[in-house]
Amino acid sequence: MTLDISGLKVSIGGKEILGGVDLRLAAGRVHGLAGESGSGKTMTGLAVLGLLPHGARVSGSIRLGERDLLTLPPKELNRVRGGEVAMVFQDPATSLHPMLTIGKQLTEHMRHHLRLGRAEAKARAVELLGKVRIPGPEEAYGRFPHQFSGGMRQRVAIAIALACSPKVLIADEPTTALDVTVQAGVLRLLRGLCDELGLAVLLVTHDLGVMSAVADEVSVMKDGLVVESGPRGQVLREPAHAYTRSLLDSLPDAELR
Amino acid sequence: MTLLSIDDLVVEHRSPGRPVVRAVAGASLTVGPGEVVGLVGESGCGKSTLARAVCGLDPITEGSITFDGEPVTPLGLRRRRLTGIQMVFQDPYASLNPRRRVGDQIADGLRTVRDTATAPADLLERVGLPREFAGRHPHEFSGGQRQRIAIARALAARPRLLIGDEPISALDASAQSQVARLMRDLAVESGAGLLFISHDLSVVRLIADRIAVMYLGRIVEVGDTAEVWADPRHPYTRALLRAVPKPDGLGVLPAELPGDVPDPANPPGGCRFHPRCPLVMDMCREKDPDFGPVACWLHDQR
Ligand SMILES: Nc1ncnc2c1ncn2[C@@H]1O[C@H](COP(=O)(O)OP(=O)(O)OP(=O)(O)O)[C@@H](O)[C@H]1O
Ligand SMILES: Nc1ncnc2c1ncn2[C@@H]1O[C@H](COP(=O)(O)OP(=O)(O)OP(=O)(O)O)[C@@H](O)[C@H]1O
Ligand SMILES: [Mg+2]
Ligand SMILES: [Mg+2]
Repeated sequence: MTLDISGLKVSIGGKEILGGVDLRLAAGRVHGLAGESGSGKTMTGLAVLGLLPHGARVSGSIRLGERDLLTLPPKELNRVRGGEVAMVFQDPATSLHPMLTIGKQLTEHMRHHLRLGRAEAKARAVELLGKVRIPGPEEAYGRFPHQFSGGMRQRVAIAIALACSPKVLIADEPTTALDVTVQAGVLRLLRGLCDELGLAVLLVTHDLGVMSAVADEVSVMKDGLVVESGPRGQVLREPAHAYTRSLLDSLPDAELR
Repeated sequence: MTLLSIDDLVVEHRSPGRPVVRAVAGASLTVGPGEVVGLVGESGCGKSTLARAVCGLDPITEGSITFDGEPVTPLGLRRRRLTGIQMVFQDPYASLNPRRRVGDQIADGLRTVRDTATAPADLLERVGLPREFAGRHPHEFSGGQRQRIAIARALAARPRLLIGDEPISALDASAQSQVARLMRDLAVESGAGLLFISHDLSVVRLIADRIAVMYLGRIVEVGDTAEVWADPRHPYTRALLRAVPKPDGLGVLPAELPGDVPDPANPPGGCRFHPRCPLVMDMCREKDPDFGPVACWLHDQR
């Protein structure tokens, strides 16, 4: 399925946060989104899920197949959210419920959206935990969020987002809390889901190495606008915009490239 | 003179009905005044637990932690402020009070050191944020902005030891080097120590004098940053450095470590890394190499 964001504008309290964002996600492709801190990457993702802060004003369109998510009735949007479109939030602590075991949080969605029985849902949850490299997934299933490390919570959040086999995944900095070897596993998992199941991914990351490893297309944001967009090789090797160039030049290993 | 000395530290997490998790399983490390030590390692290997124990937030099971010659014991929040250790927590949102303006939260730190000359907005400026952000609440910020606020708040109290637990993970590349350098400069100038926990090896390389590599509750390699970088000796360190993805635009997926990520509640016998080690020998399956600075039988120099 494709997700087509066009002319997306968001303002909060009279302040413009997004000034007309265009992004296109295609099935089986990873679209990487980099950009300055505060440039509006998270807001773009939240807009897709209809989760903008209270009082935000939105215009433009976000088309998922034939539907415009911005005009969808709340009930239908609810079905899309967590079903066809899922999001891994930048701050995993805020997306996990502190009082529920992660098993409960993983299976609740599945039972609701996929109508799975208890045993089936549990089996799938344990399998997903293993796929995101959680040690001892059977035992981890019954634990509470605070009993995991920061990076493990982030991986649990990824597992929850993948639980209902979404068609579109918005992953907001999904590997920032992971060391590079575990990160490699998660990136391989995402790449595999794209290649095998046709998942469309918007990967928000400031890590240009991660971008280079998995993204097919790369867009770069600054001050609420996409300032550059193109195939990975082109954007990372021959950046057209000055900000993209400054990002590449500021890498501590710039001299090694 | 060392500022912080961690000796054979063991920290366990116990919860009812669950096996004991030995998150830190005999780790030793020092940080000197004006020294920056980078702590890296696999997600879940015990870095945050070690940091929390240094702050007196997680009780010590065995071993000891000394700060300024005094043993660290679990403390009340008030006392801890006065001891001169400040920590920037891994999850900035959970550590900032959602109901108070960020300026007021930074002012708390200034008050503990009776600093009346510095305004909270001055600190925001130092970490690269506009002065007027002082009047806003935490939820009004992006992820990276919140991290900078957490750093500003920690710096306000002029700690003698600053611990940053993934303090800049949400910043873009240019802001990362800038804020990491700022933390380093402040530490070095004031003679404070900095224990810098990060998954970003290129940033660690940029600011750390020494690197400590942790695996499943143990420090497996310590050394001068340049030396470890140029000649990593522990097989885990080598795997780690190899897995850093390169921004070359070529679409190459980095290598994963083979084998399962181990569970600290049920660690493998012998060397803790042996089930995943490409260079494993018979010895490694039997006996744990509990010596430093490289805890590996390939580097037994005794
Ligand atoms: N609730 C809010 N009210 C007002 N402004 C907000 C609110 N939340 C975020 N902002 C502002 O919106 C802008 C965009 O924020 P967003 O979270 O999308 O940035 P980002 O690109 O994801 O940055 P980062 O890389 O730091 O996570 C920022 O300048 C931020 O200060
Ligand atoms: N309160 C707790 N109860 C039980 N186990 C815990 C608790 N806190 C942490 N653990 C476990 O202790 C181990 C070490 O966790 P810690 O948070 O120290 O790791 P870390 O090295 O900081 O990882 P990350 O890089 O992912 O943040 C993990 O296996 C984690 O699941
Ligand atoms: Mg963000
Ligand atoms: Mg941690």
